[in-house]
Amino acid sequence: MDLSWYLILSALLFSIGAGGVLIRRSPLVILLCLELMLNSANLALLAFSRSVGNAEGQIFALIVMVVAACEVVVGLGLIVAMYRRRLPLDVDESRGLRG
Amino acid sequence: MEQVAFFAGAIGALGGAIAVIALRNPFYSVLALVVHLFALAGLFLLLHAEFIAAAQIVVYAGAVMVLYVFVAAYVGGFEEPLWDAIPGQRVLAPLLGLALFIELSIAILGTGLKTLESEGPVIPAGFGSPEAIGRLLLEDFLIPFEAASLLLLIAAVGAVVMAARRPALELAGTESPESDRIFASPPHGTDPAGDVAEPSRPGGNAFDSEARDAAAADLAPTPEGVTEGGPVPDSPAAIAPRAAGGVAPAIDEENPPPPPDDDDDGKEG
Repeated sequence: MDLSWYLILSALLFSIGAGGVLIRRSPLVILLCLELMLNSANLALLAFSRSVGNAEGQIFALIVMVVAACEVVVGLGLIVAMYRRRLPLDVDESRGLRG
Repeated sequence: MEQVAFFAGAIGALGGAIAVIALRNPFYSVLALVVHLFALAGLFLLLHAEFIAAAQIVVYAGAVMVLYVFVAAYVGGFEEPLWDAIPGQRVLAPLLGLALFIELSIAILGTGLKTLESEGPVIPAGFGSPEAIGRLLLEDFLIPFEAASLLLLIAAVGAVVMAARRPALELAGTESPESDRIFASPPHGTDPAGDVAEPSRPGGNAFDSEARDAAAADLAPTPEGVTEGGPVPDSPAAIAPRAAGGVAPAIDEENPPPPPDDDDDGKEG
């Protein structure tokens, strides 16, 4: 398959993830949508790596996966802390920092 | 054959992604993301990234998604309300996503890259194999590799600090069933007088108010610079040993029998 197919698919997945962040209000689902976006970036990186014929792009994808795992750990810790303190699990209700 | 595999993987990935944002129960969203990740791993295999595909399935669809499932089960199946917090949010957000997709497509197809219309060069055998990835990681990219490991360590420590039990927070703010349970169970198990006084109650609700008062009195005198009950600028290291072992034995030594006038909220339970 041509490179452009993979890139268009990656753009489509990224747009779905971004739309999900805008639509949903549960912090857990917003984290899932961030995962969608990171994985679509991974797909683009791997497609470019295949297209150039250089395996260094796969190292980028691996590092992105590590960063995504860190983001998941910290985000889920935040959600658990919110649940412990009986804060509403709704990003629109957590507006203590709004000016 | 390759086209068939690509379109199957693409349909799986797109369906999983749409299901993630369309399903109302977060638990089902997590499961849809697992489907999405498996389909994406198939696409990675088509791109000759064997090691990344294996890591995607093992690390992502295995470990990270199990973490998501645990948190979704712990937090519970909450349903999102149907009303829009911002008027027109459910109409505007897909339009913005569509606009982003159109913009990205124009940017991709308008670059004029010659490789866009080709599959790329003929790659050598062993491209993307664990051997090639390992060689790259330990020779050319050693410092990013070590930085990634350091980042993982920092994230693990940060998650432990953030999700740790802090009784001062829960006592000062609202009360949660977890704090009740952790305060109620040790005196119930170790104190025989409590069992004699209240033999038939399984949950040990009578000790809740007593344990909470004792814990609050324990936190109040501020021996280690713990400010009294405020919204906690105190360090978690000063609080955590109290939650682990400091509170419950103190209750046993100070007032072993439960005072009869103190458990009025537990009588009806």
